[in-house]
Amino acid sequence: MADVTGATIRLEELTKHFPGQKIAAVDRVTLEIPAGQLVVFVGPSGSGKTTTMKMINRLIEPTSGLISIDDRDVTHLDPVKLRRKIGYAIQNSGLFPHMTVGQNIALVPRMLGWSRSRVSTRVDELLETVGLDSVEFRNRYPRQLSGGQQQRVGVARALAGDPPVLLMDEPFGAVDPITRGHLQDELIRIQHELHKTIVFVTHDFDEAVKLGDKIVVLREQSHIAQYDTPEAILTNPADEFVAGFVGAGAALKRLTLSRVRDVEVKPFATAGMRDDIATIRRAAREYGADEVLLLDERRRPTRWLRREEVRRGGAGLAVTAHEVGDTVTRDATLRDALDAILTEGGGKVAVTGPRGEYIGVVSIETLMGSIQEMLEADREAAREHLDELEAQREVQRVEEQERAGHEDGAHPAESDQR
Amino acid sequence: MSFWDYVSSRREQLWIETWMHASAVFQCMVIATLIGVVVAIATYRSALASRIAIGTTATVLTIPSFALLGLLIPMLGLGVAPTVVALVLYALLPIVRNAIVGLAGVDPQLVDAARGIGMNRVMILLRIELPLAWPALLTGIRVSTQMIMGIAAIAAYVSGPGLGNEIFTGLARLGSANAINAAWAGTLGVVVLALLFDAAYALLGRLTVPRGIRG
Repeated sequence: MADVTGATIRLEELTKHFPGQKIAAVDRVTLEIPAGQLVVFVGPSGSGKTTTMKMINRLIEPTSGLISIDDRDVTHLDPVKLRRKIGYAIQNSGLFPHMTVGQNIALVPRMLGWSRSRVSTRVDELLETVGLDSVEFRNRYPRQLSGGQQQRVGVARALAGDPPVLLMDEPFGAVDPITRGHLQDELIRIQHELHKTIVFVTHDFDEAVKLGDKIVVLREQSHIAQYDTPEAILTNPADEFVAGFVGAGAALKRLTLSRVRDVEVKPFATAGMRDDIATIRRAAREYGADEVLLLDERRRPTRWLRREEVRRGGAGLAVTAHEVGDTVTRDATLRDALDAILTEGGGKVAVTGPRGEYIGVVSIETLMGSIQEMLEADREAAREHLDELEAQREVQRVEEQERAGHEDGAHPAESDQR
Repeated sequence: MSFWDYVSSRREQLWIETWMHASAVFQCMVIATLIGVVVAIATYRSALASRIAIGTTATVLTIPSFALLGLLIPMLGLGVAPTVVALVLYALLPIVRNAIVGLAGVDPQLVDAARGIGMNRVMILLRIELPLAWPALLTGIRVSTQMIMGIAAIAAYVSGPGLGNEIFTGLARLGSANAINAAWAGTLGVVVLALLFDAAYALLGRLTVPRGIRG
């Protein structure tokens, strides 16, 4: 697949005034969404976040202001043609029930005039991208799919024309929390491969933190309360409004931003299920531990031998010992890891590889240490970022003054932000 | 002469009349469907306009068929013209109403999605709205057909074609030989035709309603 990088989107003084309403729904929003980034619009209902997003593909015509995509003013393009170049995914998937999964995905490529064989290949490719088996799913109708699967197809359809820009309007709002988690992980993975510019609207701040490279916190009339990285917003909310929106437990939310791979996974005393007590005790001594993790023949963690049991020994240990309830992979968020540690009760959780095989353990102490470091680093970064912003604004002010002198409108090309 | 003797002795005549009846109903249905869908498309996006369209067609339905056919004679004369006009007018209400209900009932989110991925107005209508409204529209067409099947028999009053001629002839000569037989032949013919049409629509529904939205 061609590595189409997203395009930079600029909104300048963008305003929407619905007829018959006293105040503007969206009031002079100025915003730059860097190419290849996933930017989340988050805010309470009625904050105008969806209206702002829908002006980008002109489902809603702006009253005034400017929208440019890759430095091209799109407010005067044919909206129908424009929309074929911008992916669009909505809540409840928006799949057409009378068309098969394949036909739904093929719509945009066919409108773009792709050949039949190219469209067909593309459909297979996209189903694979969103984690659905093409043979099994392409001829099914939407109602034969689960909510999560429908949403995946919705994302595939949005990606179909290989658009540089994707607009997603609460796409995971209507699915159950577990499926939503999977879909979010999937989107992160897809974005990691494709580097589109994604505008993602949600009212769920946790979702914003998990997905966003950057988050725009909007208050009423789409006024920007804060536009920054999730880390910076969590550690340094700009004002009371943002702080209220971040809600309690910013440190806990911070945990969703890092993964097990980011912290130290330590080796631990292990033994086989059939090993005798002497071997087990030797393993424990070797790591200076008083607990041992038993692995099955495929090296998957099965039981925790606690201190008492290691000391007491005796037959049937492998059967009576505390069963391993939860493990995490390196891709799990630290929040999941903490949850697993609390569930396991022993102050640590086993980390497993792709086939469930033992890799090491993460302990509560490791986690606490890492969180402290991260929060400290975030605060530092936020401070630097603020300084940087200040400096940038200064530069812009100077540039604008110069431009006013020269009447030279050319922007320097934005470099790839990845 | 028994009923079956009557039918077999006048086989050819009955056959022609049945064919004419079916043909008249079918052609009127095609015209009514075209007009009805156009009216529905023109009005379904406005609550007021669709109420006016449904109200007007409903009013037509309240005119007794006998009266309407008679009133059309001075304007259109006898024969095919008043028959077609009357049948089409009567067929309109169920078609217009169901088409409007079907089109207006399309989930606005789907229309939003269709616009969002770059379909223009015509494409949305042809590829999304009409296919989704088709089951409702088809039901309207079925109801209309059943209705004008009976009304078409009365068209014999204005010398229209079809099985009504048997019924009218029979009823006009009550008491004479074969009068009852003729009336029965015409009536049963209409009933059988109605059943055949309905079966054809059921089959059409099977073939044309996509599996994804079949109830």
